[in-house]
Amino acid sequence: MASKIDISEYRGVWVFVEQTEGEPARVSLELLGKGRELADKLGVVLTAFLLGESVQDTAKELIFFGADEVIVADHPLLRDYRTELYTDIISEQAMARKPEVLIVGASPIGRDLAPRLSFRLNAGCTADCTGLDIDEESRLFVSTRPAFGGNVMATIICPEHRPQMSTVRPGVMALPEKDDSREGQIIDLELQLDEDACKVKILESVKGASEGVNIQDAERIVAIGMGAGDKETFDMIKELAELLDGEVGATRFAVEAGWVSHDRQIGQTGKTVRPELYVGCGISGAVQHTAGMSASKMIIAINKDPNAEVFKIADYGIVGDVRKVVPAIISELKNQMT
Amino acid sequence: MNIIVCIKQVPDVTEVSWDPETGSLIRKGIPSIINPNDKNAIEAALQLREMNGGEVTVISMGPSQVEEALREALGMGVDRAIQLTAKQFAGSDTWATAYTLGLAMKKIGQYDLIICGKEAIDGMTAQVGPQLAEYLGLPQLAYAMHIEVVDSKVRVKQKLGDLDRLLEAPMPALITVEREAYQPRVAPMDTILEAYGKEIPVWKPDDLNGEVENFGLTGSPTKLRKVYTPKLIKGKIEMLEGGPEDVARKFIGKLKEKYIL
Repeated sequence: MASKIDISEYRGVWVFVEQTEGEPARVSLELLGKGRELADKLGVVLTAFLLGESVQDTAKELIFFGADEVIVADHPLLRDYRTELYTDIISEQAMARKPEVLIVGASPIGRDLAPRLSFRLNAGCTADCTGLDIDEESRLFVSTRPAFGGNVMATIICPEHRPQMSTVRPGVMALPEKDDSREGQIIDLELQLDEDACKVKILESVKGASEGVNIQDAERIVAIGMGAGDKETFDMIKELAELLDGEVGATRFAVEAGWVSHDRQIGQTGKTVRPELYVGCGISGAVQHTAGMSASKMIIAINKDPNAEVFKIADYGIVGDVRKVVPAIISELKNQMT
Repeated sequence: MNIIVCIKQVPDVTEVSWDPETGSLIRKGIPSIINPNDKNAIEAALQLREMNGGEVTVISMGPSQVEEALREALGMGVDRAIQLTAKQFAGSDTWATAYTLGLAMKKIGQYDLIICGKEAIDGMTAQVGPQLAEYLGLPQLAYAMHIEVVDSKVRVKQKLGDLDRLLEAPMPALITVEREAYQPRVAPMDTILEAYGKEIPVWKPDDLNGEVENFGLTGSPTKLRKVYTPKLIKGKIEMLEGGPEDVARKFIGKLKEKYIL
């Protein structure tokens, strides 16, 4: 749409902070780390925007993680995420305070909120980014995201509209160090909210039944791909992961073959991980998978095909059959442990 | 009860291949399909029609070949299809897409539900649904695992990350459907044949009551700066060689060297 705003009036970087019972989402803290860097490049204030019930302590925590100020909307009706109320409150503040950048975690909540908010604010929003930067010459916010099913990367800008919005995939940005000595300002919003004014009612909200592994928290991951062969190999790989005190990860193929549950899928349509150790078993190295693990600190790849793409990004490579190599590693590990 | 389903025709990105010489993407010859997740949205609409009566309309914006996708949807059993095709619509980002679809909804006028797939496999933004809901001022019920109509209100089982929620909203409302919900039916032969006889109106900017500068590339707030093939080459690989026992020992040696073990 045509823009009718004076973009020079817009200053500051905002991060939407998602919380559950006062606990900030990891992705929100990751964004505070990145937001700090962006705000410093722009020479502006970093603001965390927190909504919830009884979240005053959480607000202080956000300052320790890098925010200069925290806008707090504290109300019993904000305890659970609600698209309408969250959009109303954030958009009203954004219209009044005019931030130039607004970033949101690409979690289920963030992906529900950010597009609605962006349309309300007449702003563009770049979804599921894996990189954020500032073009220092033009002051423009530059977002990078996978496109075309993850086969290419696209760099996207939003020159004429403000705020410049992006959602960012969890696990892509590093978690910042907590610094208890940091100080900042807390801005409490005065709110008059009415349940009856909400069109959407939450009739029930329960924790899902899924066992809910979060492989993003794992420091060691042993991942299985198409080249690993079959379900039996999966049991070996699980044993290796346990011996290494890690978790099993997988490519989309392995998930669709039914060997592994979806919550362990790494890559474009799964999760992004950056463990200290990633061992790829029978993984070819298609970009749809590697986009979710290439930031791992040490990558070891085991594959029969010496020309597999995965060897281009690995630190150590083993050309061999997973079904022979993995059992050998398991027995050697057991030997050394006894 | 009248339901509108928004669908997108996408390249089958799982069929993508690379030019081994240049390392660039080969786009030619990739088949176009209905975005798989949008078929779940069609299925949800058909099941709701079976239970509550009414009509299902499917709508899609895209180049002229989008007609194929609409015919396929008619084949699954939807009642009518509307196509949005014009050069002015080309290059739309999610904002401009939501705007254009929203104008079409206003022209259709009477509807109780708009149903979309959660996201498309090519862009994977999941943004058009919520943006369309905002444009039309509708309640937004994303990530639906199940939909039912109770006392003229719509109830949605929502999978919000690790929360399972039950939401209720007045109609009209907009729903996005999860990939795992509403497995699409196989189109029966008689409706496929019928689908080829149906008229599909093509709407252009003149048919919509919108601002010309809001369509397509010009109307899109986000601009593509560049596209590139990700380079992931570390180029410092060390191969561990030998038989399984040798590589196993070397593997463990490396973990010890880096203090992982």
